[in-house]
Amino acid sequence: MPQKALPYLLLLPATLFLLVFFVYPFLQIAILAFSGPEGFTLKPFLTMATHWKFQTTLSNTILLTAIIVPIQLVLALSMASIVAKLKTGRNTILYIFTIPLGLSDLAAGIIWLAIFEQSGFLNSMLVGLGLTERPMLFLGYQNLWMIFVAVILAEVWRATAIVMVILVSGMGLIPKEYYEAAEVFGAGPWKRFTKVTLPMLRPSLQTALILRTIAAFEVFAVVVALGGTTLPVLMGETFNWQFALSDRNVAAAYALVILVISIASTLFFLRVLRTPKGATI
Amino acid sequence: MAEIQIKNVGKSFGLFTALHSIDLTIADQEFMVLLGASGCGKTTLLRIIAGLETPGQGEVWIGGRRVDKLPPRERGIAMVFQNYAVFPHLTVFENIAFGLRMKKLPQPEIDRRVTRTAELMHIEQLLKRYSGQLSGGQRQRVAVARALAMEPDVILMDEPLSNLDALLRLEMRAELKGVLAASKTTTIYVTHDQVEAMSLADRIAVMNGGKIVQAATPVEVYRNPAARFVGSFIGNPPMNFIPATKVGEGKWQVAGLTMDGPKTGQDRLEFAIRPEDLTITPGGLKATARVVEPLGAHTLVTCEVAGAPFRAVLESDLRVSPGDDLSLVPKADRVRWFDPETAMAV
Amino acid sequence: MSVAVATDVPRPVAEINAAGKFVFIAGTVLLCAWVLVPIYLLVVNTLSSPQEVSAFPKTGIPSFDFGSLQFFLNFSGVARALWNSVLVAVLTMVLSIGIGAPAGYALSRFDFRGKATFRMLVLMTRAFPLPLLALPLAVMFIRVGLDDTAIGLALVHTTLAVPFAVLITFSIFAGIPIELEEAAWTLGCNRLQAFQKVVLPLVLPGITASAVFAFTISWNEVFAASVLTVENRTLTAFLLQSLSVSPMHLKFAGGAALVLPALIFIFAVRKYLFAMWGIASR
Repeated sequence: MPQKALPYLLLLPATLFLLVFFVYPFLQIAILAFSGPEGFTLKPFLTMATHWKFQTTLSNTILLTAIIVPIQLVLALSMASIVAKLKTGRNTILYIFTIPLGLSDLAAGIIWLAIFEQSGFLNSMLVGLGLTERPMLFLGYQNLWMIFVAVILAEVWRATAIVMVILVSGMGLIPKEYYEAAEVFGAGPWKRFTKVTLPMLRPSLQTALILRTIAAFEVFAVVVALGGTTLPVLMGETFNWQFALSDRNVAAAYALVILVISIASTLFFLRVLRTPKGATI
Repeated sequence: MAEIQIKNVGKSFGLFTALHSIDLTIADQEFMVLLGASGCGKTTLLRIIAGLETPGQGEVWIGGRRVDKLPPRERGIAMVFQNYAVFPHLTVFENIAFGLRMKKLPQPEIDRRVTRTAELMHIEQLLKRYSGQLSGGQRQRVAVARALAMEPDVILMDEPLSNLDALLRLEMRAELKGVLAASKTTTIYVTHDQVEAMSLADRIAVMNGGKIVQAATPVEVYRNPAARFVGSFIGNPPMNFIPATKVGEGKWQVAGLTMDGPKTGQDRLEFAIRPEDLTITPGGLKATARVVEPLGAHTLVTCEVAGAPFRAVLESDLRVSPGDDLSLVPKADRVRWFDPETAMAV
Repeated sequence: MSVAVATDVPRPVAEINAAGKFVFIAGTVLLCAWVLVPIYLLVVNTLSSPQEVSAFPKTGIPSFDFGSLQFFLNFSGVARALWNSVLVAVLTMVLSIGIGAPAGYALSRFDFRGKATFRMLVLMTRAFPLPLLALPLAVMFIRVGLDDTAIGLALVHTTLAVPFAVLITFSIFAGIPIELEEAAWTLGCNRLQAFQKVVLPLVLPGITASAVFAFTISWNEVFAASVLTVENRTLTAFLLQSLSVSPMHLKFAGGAALVLPALIFIFAVRKYLFAMWGIASR
């Protein structure tokens, strides 16, 4: 029945497409980052690295990621645990928790802008409760750290759902007999969580962390919505160099930086969270 | 006429050889059972006949036509799958009618055939239901009805009863036997259950390690196993085997007892006797009873003969206790001998 | 010997006591509020008049004034931007399913040389910051005349969506036992007919869900849209470019326009969300 060529034919469009629109452009980025008028050169990287904004851009992005991802992990674990325990109303709560999945990061940025901006809801609440007299300028360039907090809140709010979904399906795979056995052998709820749930969630945790960390390095629209150009991040600077400063080579260099830290973190999680052969469900 | 001929069929999956040169002829309207343990190749052989796998070598002929290069739909076969493969998105009626619609039969003919086979399988009241609303047994009947409605030359069945519970299996076995006999279709039935094989088959092909070890009627396979494997696989409890040494021309020493046996040049043979072919009579094999299981219809006594386990099926009112010494005499015409090296019958 | 009484009901193994229950419920309510309140606030702003949006302090209650919405819809370029977003998203949807579904089917049914390599390729795309592709593709598109076109952006979005489409359709097809197709083959179908009559009806809901997912990915995408569209902006590009200069009520109405379709879509496919994300993550 099966013809030999059929699977290859079916795969052909996807393979061709990815080769043309994925592999090829990435090769181009790599080449661009190392080229100048005379050919191979490290100039783009030098320009990038010596630019006054570079240090802050890099540290901002990494700092943001380092704060956002762990918060999201803890929050997602809590949400997933709640969902796992729910009986009545589980579907509704689940839908509510996953609403942010459908939202663009730009929309999330705008939503939290409504809260944090000078005439926004946070100020209204603070003044209304009598905690402050005048509305505070949260998102001004003097309060860089405030913008930081706003971005963190917006990103945590928006993107935790993705982690939660991955964890919920991972949790669903853990047969409840394991919990029952642990209980019979004397483990309380916290111990069951740390000794049964977390270890069995390793593959899901690994996937979720890899995906989320890479996405966190790409943070862009939220930052622009909340802080404009006050808070430089890698993706934003890439955009900047491509258009405002019209230097495509430096933009490509920035792109490669994002790429490198993405790969590095992927490898890190692959190593740290790998499950020994045979130790899976 | 739907005679099936399998000539020199072989199949490998990578480095694993599933079938080694199978030769088998199945007569028209014969009920042939392919019997063996998991991995023996019986399902692979069935799927090659169906056209769901291509043989690495060899030919398959159905009704005088060579079919091994044809797709399943051109072979005149119908198949019942182990997990039934009832289409979930269609009603029972549409499931049974599926193949008939593909043949573009007129609607009155489709209605006639569907109702007829549904009545045959006792599911006429389920015709409007979907498979999700049916039990396993009902789904299995739908699968059989769907195959029968095609009025094929050959029906292929891949362990259709193995997912049913024991009681249902018993009922369905009897039903299937009646229905298939009445349909006058050549049937190839795959199973690992030797009771099913014995009950349903005109002939059984016992398979092991990708080869057909013996193909014969149930009684023949039971009474005259061609290989040690057949003797130990068929029959519950299985055949007993005791090493035998030659003490004279045609005379063999079996666990301390001298008995008549084949005249052959070898020094060693294996003596075999079925547990139910033994009686408690003086002058037989010396056995010490170890485990006594009163099973109602008879008593199964597991003994020790010459230091090895030995089973005997004895009358239910016999009083035996663990530790008793018994003398077991085998029925002379039921004794079998096997070559210890080739494992074949002598 | 104790006698079992009719009123003896087996207690569940892990019964939470009252205090634990309170924490549980409080936590759930808090988290729900955490998710819902910001969206509610956006709705409030959208349904307020432009003056109210810039006014202070905010009351938190919408006045159901459609002034902001009207302003937004009538603002120059918005209608076109909306249309462009829809166009690009639909193209992405069609392309990603058209390319991804056959690959998902092939992966689920066949064992062939290069299967592992292909899977590697698909997985690798998830590890890369895909929107960056827009940079070199912008140049490439200029050369072939695809720059600033819906189809050009759709091609980039499809690159984003195809890995998901492949993995999701793979798991959907893998959920259909091959015996169903084999049964159809023995009942007179060739491969294509078996696919149309047996597989398609069963996978249609799942494929639709992943199509909607592709639509949402495209609708929400910001970076590539901003890079690749100039005259024919999509909504996201439009809003991003005008963020620094547009009035507040425009931003919020625009945000609502971004949010609403996505909310509807996710509601429509919520049954498949877990199948999609959970399995696509493997």
